[in-house]
Amino acid sequence: MINVMQLQRIWAMFNARNKEFFRDRAAFGWNFAFPFLIIVGFGIIFGGETLSTFKVGIFPQKGVSVIFSETTIPQHFKNNSAVSFVAISTLEEGLDKIHYHKIDLLIDGRSSENRYWVNDSSPKSYITEQMYKAALQPDDTVAVDRNIINGEQVRYIDWLFPGIMAMNMMFSALWGVGYVVVRYRKNGALKRLKATPLTAFEYLSAQMISRIFLLMFTFTIVWIGADLIFDLKIQGSMLLFFLTFFLGGLSLCSIGLFLAARGTSEEFTSGALNFISWPMMFLSEVWFSLEGAPAWVQNISWVFPLTHMLKAARKVMNEGVGFTDIQLECGLMILTTIIFLTLAASLFSWNE
Amino acid sequence: MIDIPAYNKKMSILSVQNLRKKYGNSVAVEDISFSVRQGTCYGLLGPNGAGKTTTMEVVEDIIPATSGTILYKGRARDISFREEIGIQFQHTSLLNFLSVKETLHCYQKLFKHPEELDRLVARCNLDSILHKRNNQLSGGQQQRLMLALALVNKPELVFLDEPSTGLDPQSRRYLWEIVEDIKGNGKTIVMTTHSMEEAEFLCDTIAIVDQGCIIAEGSPAQLITTYCKTNTITLPLSVIENKLPALDIDFSLHGNSVAVRSRNVEETLRILMAANIELKEMVVDSPDLEDVFLYLTGRKLRD
Repeated sequence: MINVMQLQRIWAMFNARNKEFFRDRAAFGWNFAFPFLIIVGFGIIFGGETLSTFKVGIFPQKGVSVIFSETTIPQHFKNNSAVSFVAISTLEEGLDKIHYHKIDLLIDGRSSENRYWVNDSSPKSYITEQMYKAALQPDDTVAVDRNIINGEQVRYIDWLFPGIMAMNMMFSALWGVGYVVVRYRKNGALKRLKATPLTAFEYLSAQMISRIFLLMFTFTIVWIGADLIFDLKIQGSMLLFFLTFFLGGLSLCSIGLFLAARGTSEEFTSGALNFISWPMMFLSEVWFSLEGAPAWVQNISWVFPLTHMLKAARKVMNEGVGFTDIQLECGLMILTTIIFLTLAASLFSWNE
Repeated sequence: MIDIPAYNKKMSILSVQNLRKKYGNSVAVEDISFSVRQGTCYGLLGPNGAGKTTTMEVVEDIIPATSGTILYKGRARDISFREEIGIQFQHTSLLNFLSVKETLHCYQKLFKHPEELDRLVARCNLDSILHKRNNQLSGGQQQRLMLALALVNKPELVFLDEPSTGLDPQSRRYLWEIVEDIKGNGKTIVMTTHSMEEAEFLCDTIAIVDQGCIIAEGSPAQLITTYCKTNTITLPLSVIENKLPALDIDFSLHGNSVAVRSRNVEETLRILMAANIELKEMVVDSPDLEDVFLYLTGRKLRD
């Protein structure tokens, strides 16, 4: 049980770290500027579209890859190097994926009427459709059955926003905690603290709470700014959306603390943080869906807490689900936090 | 079950027995034993690399010992040890963006019984820099802040590791006054230094450390009288040159001067005066801790 003295010490370190953060103006400004610039950049300048390949879902398919011999897909379209194909088992699954921008076009592979679905809010969906139609009717004689997906469409910016915020949170949590702790150890600031009754658990808790506070503060400010510009649509509960980022932030901070538990080499820590953060960013669907990627790649993505944070956040923001639909992701994030925080506390060294 | 007697002030507040510290195959502290009485200043004097700082950090519980026993108030160091000691490290750092006042506040909150801020500020002369940020302090100001942090919990036992290193003479003198004041308040001080002047001025007991061992221990006066009984009387060669063969003195020539070694200065002066030697330009040097170290190791402290 935590006593008053322990709380007082955690509070003292929490306050000290916050003051450091807010007074380091360059770092402070960058924490806001970075996500904001990316959102504005991709949201406005490029219209939110960043991918050069187009994903087409084909249904019904039994396996993990499309068997073209069972489909009516024209040869020209199959050979288009700008298009990759994703095997989808049912129409419902396909509609779900195109709705949430995981694929750009959905085609009924058995249909003799060339039945397909597009997402009207997606420029990529429009381009893919044009390529499909061009392959179908070079002489303008083939009829098509064009369908637009039903319901309110998820804009790309609404799909992108959680990803950008999660990515920023990941960098801020890993570097803002891990790198800082190693720097403090190297310059002797941690050694000075060891000469006090402060325990490793108290120190790490204070660092974690401080970083979470700063992350959520940054998140709120950037969200307000982005909402004013893009009128972001959160289908589900705002509180639940906040919770997913809170739990995600905790799990990422705990990984940062684990990586910084020992050592005084900023270069090594920098390498280790890069080694973790870059694969996490690319495999957690921040920028693009892993739909159609090899199974082993998708399995690896499950290891990363960023994947679960993003999955849960997008479910709440884009699909409007409740807590029961994201409890698995929340549970995994809590588990990650417990494991890495325990490891960090037991391995933590104040000195070299 | 071992019956440990209750601590009283006549006992040693700190007792170190057969302390040894190794880093891999390298031995930093070979075998060190000492004890410190309450209300005194105990100094570890020795050249750089002698093992003073390692000894201090093991005793402070900053790094673990390879072997040996350390007792604080007659018992193994426990959770209360950190509440009752203050440490000024030789090399350490603070949070750059906090002010001096905020730093003191932060450290006050880490202890159960902190010192009042005003007393701390007055004692360490921090008034003029209270609102300065830590990264804007000069070397002397940083040392004073570090000393204040070492005193923030009203410690019973204060460890000072090379407290005046890098300070100008005025700042050093001021720091010594603060340390004297701490001692005057009944606190116990354990310090390391490679300055014999500092050791002589501040320490009641000095342990001379060399190559991870204590080679001599005692008060400055005891060490000098035990190991260096000889004074040196220096005279210009011109005033004594012709009479040297006839004098019963131990001397050596150094360019244009003669160094006369004497265990009894009064007796030697009587011999010189009897020989009608001009003593106007005479210089008498008493031995100091530097001489003690030279006598014990064959090297100078600063080598």
